[in-house]
Amino acid sequence: MSHHLVEARGLSHVYEDGTVALDDVSFRITHGESVAIIGANGAGKSTLLMHLNGHLSPTSGEVRIGETPLTRETLPAIRRTVGLVFQDPDDQLFMPTVYDDVAFGPRNQGLPEVEVDRRVREALERVGIWQVRAKPPYRLSGGEKKRAAIAGVLAMAPDILVMDEPTSGLDPYARRQLIGLLGEFRHTRIFTSHDLDMVLDLCPRTIVMLGGVVMADGATRDIFADDALLSRCRLERPLALQACPVCGSRHD
Amino acid sequence: MEGAAGVTPVAGLLDFRRLDLLATGDSALHRLDARAKVIVTLVFIVCAMSFDRYAVAPLIPFFVFPIAVITAARLPITFLLRKVALVLPVALLIGLPNPWFDREVQVLLGGLEISGGWISLLSIMLRSLLAAAAAIALVAVTGFPAICGALDRMGMPRALAVQLLFLYRYMTVLGEEANRMKVAREQRGGGRPLSIRLYGALVGRLLLRTWDRAERIYLAMCARGFTGDFRGGQPSRLGRPDVAYVAGWCGLFLLLRTQDVTQWLGAALLGVLR
Repeated sequence: MSHHLVEARGLSHVYEDGTVALDDVSFRITHGESVAIIGANGAGKSTLLMHLNGHLSPTSGEVRIGETPLTRETLPAIRRTVGLVFQDPDDQLFMPTVYDDVAFGPRNQGLPEVEVDRRVREALERVGIWQVRAKPPYRLSGGEKKRAAIAGVLAMAPDILVMDEPTSGLDPYARRQLIGLLGEFRHTRIFTSHDLDMVLDLCPRTIVMLGGVVMADGATRDIFADDALLSRCRLERPLALQACPVCGSRHD
Repeated sequence: MEGAAGVTPVAGLLDFRRLDLLATGDSALHRLDARAKVIVTLVFIVCAMSFDRYAVAPLIPFFVFPIAVITAARLPITFLLRKVALVLPVALLIGLPNPWFDREVQVLLGGLEISGGWISLLSIMLRSLLAAAAAIALVAVTGFPAICGALDRMGMPRALAVQLLFLYRYMTVLGEEANRMKVAREQRGGGRPLSIRLYGALVGRLLLRTWDRAERIYLAMCARGFTGDFRGGQPSRLGRPDVAYVAGWCGLFLLLRTQDVTQWLGAALLGVLR
């Protein structure tokens, strides 16, 4: 199962206007790991995600998925392996119905229609919205949209799931349900998020970024216990690890 | 917010979501192969457009086609009429100079002299309505992606077919962005009319925002394996109903084009009355 690996080696990215978005970023994420990439706005998280799926090409350094370097030739295979879920589901859902939207990926893979149908059904049942398959995506609630976007990626049977801010814009209940769902997946998972409580629930490992540089890479519990690191990176402890506002007692 | 589409002219023009939704309906017409429907529509438009410029009466029977499609597919008639009516100002603009340049009297209606210019203006309006009605009815029973797929299968260059598909997608995006900006402006606009300067700034902003969003959508499509080909559902085959559909309508259009059916009908009606 070596193709579940995600590796960045000395990855740098400089935008055309001279902004250094990534500066010598290296990490290795192995099979089945669930890793959070956190950092302040502008820390380089989104740029990094765009590299994992080949939407941006590095100024220097490389990305390897499995043992394959990401190049123009390997791009189609890598996009099958790495499923990217966008932050705003409206950017992702564009077909007339939920069903067609989820079928978009499998159809692009050239699968026969019987298999496409099986995949769509499986993906929509997996995320629990099979009943809304005939609806147009813009008629869905925020939580359903998020699920439809995830189903669209699941239907491509990726080994690695990359999600940008999965819980943003969801109400507490939809957020809790989504976290439950994401916790059930057995893919290699990479999340970016400002929702540090979600990170605590889902990701044993966290990578902290600031100004395009990896500031820390380690066990989530250790990182959230390091107040100096967190404040330097414009972050703070997840609420679950902060002192109780009523009695003042602390969790850790 | 989505319900607000159609409030501004631009958003109304770009409100294709409902058309997309209509195309997911299920009627005998919906089930026909997209190619059959595209061919019939093309033949219809060519036949109706190729009359001489003073043709008015021979155009009238052509309305039977869009009306038949809309009725048979149980499409919402008022919604479609509103879409069709959007071409009228454009047609008017094109045809309006005619009455000035072409003043030769062609018809005497009672004591009223009607010049060739007015007749050709009416003819242009009728043709625009016919073409728009046929095209919109086609989209409503077929869906734009399926039409692109059909054109592709009928030999149109793929790059062109994909361009069309993107044009369609991004028009929707443009409409949504326009709506959002409209709401944001009204929120703080205090009911004041839009100045030209502000209008320019808004349009520029709209273009940039649409650009960004279109790019994100494109990325999302690539992330799901889009490589320039588009694949609809199962590629349908031309069956007997499709052939009958094409043959029936095209036969009727050719008859209407080559024979003076209006005159026949008129004569027959007079005969019955006598």
